[in-house]
Amino acid sequence: MSKDIKIKKGLNIPLKGEADKVLGTAQRSETFVVKPTDFKNFTPKLLVKEGDEVLAGSPLFFNKEYPDVKIGSPVSGEVVEITRGAKRKILGIKILGDKDTRYTEFAAANAASMSGEEVKQRLLDQCLWAYIKRRPYGTVARPEDKPLAIYVSGFDSAPLAGDNDYILHGKEKEFQVGLDVLKQLTDGKVHVNLHRELNTDAVFKDAKGVQINWVSGPHPSGNVGVQIHHIQPLNKGEVVFTVAAQDVALIGSAFLTGKYDASRLVAVGGSSLKSPKYFKTIQGASLSTLLDGNVEGDNNRIISGNVLTGTKVSADGYLGFFSKEVNVIPEGNEAKFFLTEGWAGLGLSKYSASRSYFSWLMLGKKYGLDTNTNGEPRALVVTGEYESVFPMDIYPQHLLKAIMIGDIELMENLGIYEVDEEDFALCEYVCTSKTAVQQIVREGLELIEQECG
Amino acid sequence: MKFLHTAFQNMKKPFEEGGKFEKYSKVIHGIDAFETLMFTPDEVTHTGAHIRDGIDLKRTMSIVILAMLPCLLFGMYNAGYQHFLQLGVDASFWEMFQIGLIKILPLVVVSYGVGLGIEFGFAMYKGHSIEEGYLVTGMLIPLIVPIDIPLWMLAVAVAFSVVFAKEVFGGTGMNIMNVALTTRAFLFFAYPTFMSGDKIWVHEGMTNDAISGATILGDLSGMKGGLESLRFTAEDMFIGLIPGSVGETSVLAILIGAAILLITGIGSWRIMLSAVIGGGTMGLIFNAFGANGLMQFDWWQHMLVGGFAFGVVFMATDPVTAAQTNKGKWIYGFLIGFMAIMIRVFNPAYPEGIMLAILFMNVMAPLIDHYVVEGNIKKRLKRMAVKTATAN
Repeated sequence: MSKDIKIKKGLNIPLKGEADKVLGTAQRSETFVVKPTDFKNFTPKLLVKEGDEVLAGSPLFFNKEYPDVKIGSPVSGEVVEITRGAKRKILGIKILGDKDTRYTEFAAANAASMSGEEVKQRLLDQCLWAYIKRRPYGTVARPEDKPLAIYVSGFDSAPLAGDNDYILHGKEKEFQVGLDVLKQLTDGKVHVNLHRELNTDAVFKDAKGVQINWVSGPHPSGNVGVQIHHIQPLNKGEVVFTVAAQDVALIGSAFLTGKYDASRLVAVGGSSLKSPKYFKTIQGASLSTLLDGNVEGDNNRIISGNVLTGTKVSADGYLGFFSKEVNVIPEGNEAKFFLTEGWAGLGLSKYSASRSYFSWLMLGKKYGLDTNTNGEPRALVVTGEYESVFPMDIYPQHLLKAIMIGDIELMENLGIYEVDEEDFALCEYVCTSKTAVQQIVREGLELIEQECG
Repeated sequence: MKFLHTAFQNMKKPFEEGGKFEKYSKVIHGIDAFETLMFTPDEVTHTGAHIRDGIDLKRTMSIVILAMLPCLLFGMYNAGYQHFLQLGVDASFWEMFQIGLIKILPLVVVSYGVGLGIEFGFAMYKGHSIEEGYLVTGMLIPLIVPIDIPLWMLAVAVAFSVVFAKEVFGGTGMNIMNVALTTRAFLFFAYPTFMSGDKIWVHEGMTNDAISGATILGDLSGMKGGLESLRFTAEDMFIGLIPGSVGETSVLAILIGAAILLITGIGSWRIMLSAVIGGGTMGLIFNAFGANGLMQFDWWQHMLVGGFAFGVVFMATDPVTAAQTNKGKWIYGFLIGFMAIMIRVFNPAYPEGIMLAILFMNVMAPLIDHYVVEGNIKKRLKRMAVKTATAN
């Protein structure tokens, strides 16, 4: 029974620098870094030390709370450095990659002939489990979870996000095997959610054994949280799993070949790029291999992930564990004179979801927005703003305030189990008062996880 | 403009850590207020959304002020127009406008001077940046008082409301009642002779017997018989050539403001529309009875006179004191319109109700929101109950 979901509230931010569907050739990265900070609420315990030799798929570290959940190395080579921050927090494990990748050895497996427990064990052993996230909390799934259903969003509606149709084209087999694997993990359904108005590749359309739901409307229609909310909203105590479409194919290929192949297509975009396009690279690869010679100016923000939820990285940084795109936009670290570029100007180059700048008259214009906050943080004054970009039956501002005052019961009642911080990304974007909405939501989720498990 | 920016930086230096006046570091917030007025700061995002919308509170507030300018300018003209009309003297446009300019500009200056002065004081004392909320309040206040209000009274009222309606609650964004209306309510109850009656609405009405300053509502409430003796046509009421508070008479000017607020998306259309529906409903009910002048007065004309239109467009839509949920906004707006007309007709002491209606609904808004949000919570709990029931 396919569902039809119409999203009306939301916003497609018209940004310049969308990646052309051309595959650029990236030079092979020499070093790779896996960052434990990519995993939310995750305390890493190391399994390797500097000087160790690892294979692609060898476990590098595990979660202290759930020791079965291990994170694998994307390539084979030598662990050359373990970077630590304040209080010896592990920031990254750097691996000097071999020229020819050697993989951990697993036999090819057919999920259909395996039991759920066997599939789970295989996912855990082959370090694939970390690609599965759970709701509530948006953290890595726990091995003991019994998910009601598993959700895969077939498209990413975030600005400058990669196009899964292009990325997964021709990977029908891997994607289908991945779905078959996921099916063994739940008694419920595996949902694949696709956009009604966008082109949909055969890889998704021909998926078998799953429920295909059709979604229409602007961002955040591609957020899996929004889709879950409209398909079957999560109640307290319930758990569902979510997996990104590319990672479904990765799991599939690992079952097909026995190899942990962490290579992926990455959309490299943003208004600071000379020619935005796709690159084939490997998880954890050095970003300079993707960006060298392609970036304009030297005052840029490099983001691993999309512009709304990604992580700021330095020019010599590395691709994140879950990142499917790299965006480069200008830094906005210069004061703007009020009459020309500031609050009193015509604002033809300023994009706003409200129509308070005259740029709203220029339909179809794309903007090269920078990282300036365009104003100082203020008390929450404007109302109705979050609601207009938040397509769930939840009162976002009230939930936010419940988190701010740390009222756990109120948070539960207002639906905190149904959201992840990415669902609030647009609220943060539109906020007149420049509130750090996502950070507050993350703190709320962590508080709830700590208190209610 | 780099030199200006550097000048601000230099100005702040002595107050920063290690500077000469380090112990007065809170003064920085005062300088910051002017600096950020001139320059959007070089602050960048760190986590979360790396890009942010172009709008900020300064833009929001400046658009509201812009939306009020037609009312202010028309108010200046109308001040002179009413004055000379009552005297029976022919006067040029400039002579009329001049009276308004001379009388109204001081009101604006006092309102901003006193209000912002207190805001700066509080911000520096408490060590936080100065928020833009008062910029709108400061413009609203001169528009909703009678033209001849003594400046000292205005100053006292502004001081009272900024301190007791706003700062004690925590400043911008935290207040329960609309600050401008609290100012007006304070004036109304503390100095009633300057705030109501039939002498005060036209310049020199109190000192010159040749001038009657009665408003239409004043006339109506005193009326026993029919409406024939009304001195103004509906057209006058719409354009605003009638006596009243400084900026509230012209529905035309208010509609221009409303258009600005609605197009930019800054004013809530839900509140404006529902208030008009609420006012219309109550007006129709009264029309059906028609027991006195005010009840006979056409329901749609009720919306052209008094402060109804101004209140609905500029005060009811204040997001801080209004209901915050979309459903709540419908209820809140409807009740404001409904009660404004009701108070107008039933209140024997004072023939206008929008001020009290909005203030009352300001107090009720959190309650409305509470029940709207409670509805959402109940739905969620029910969903869970159904789920557990079927699971068993």
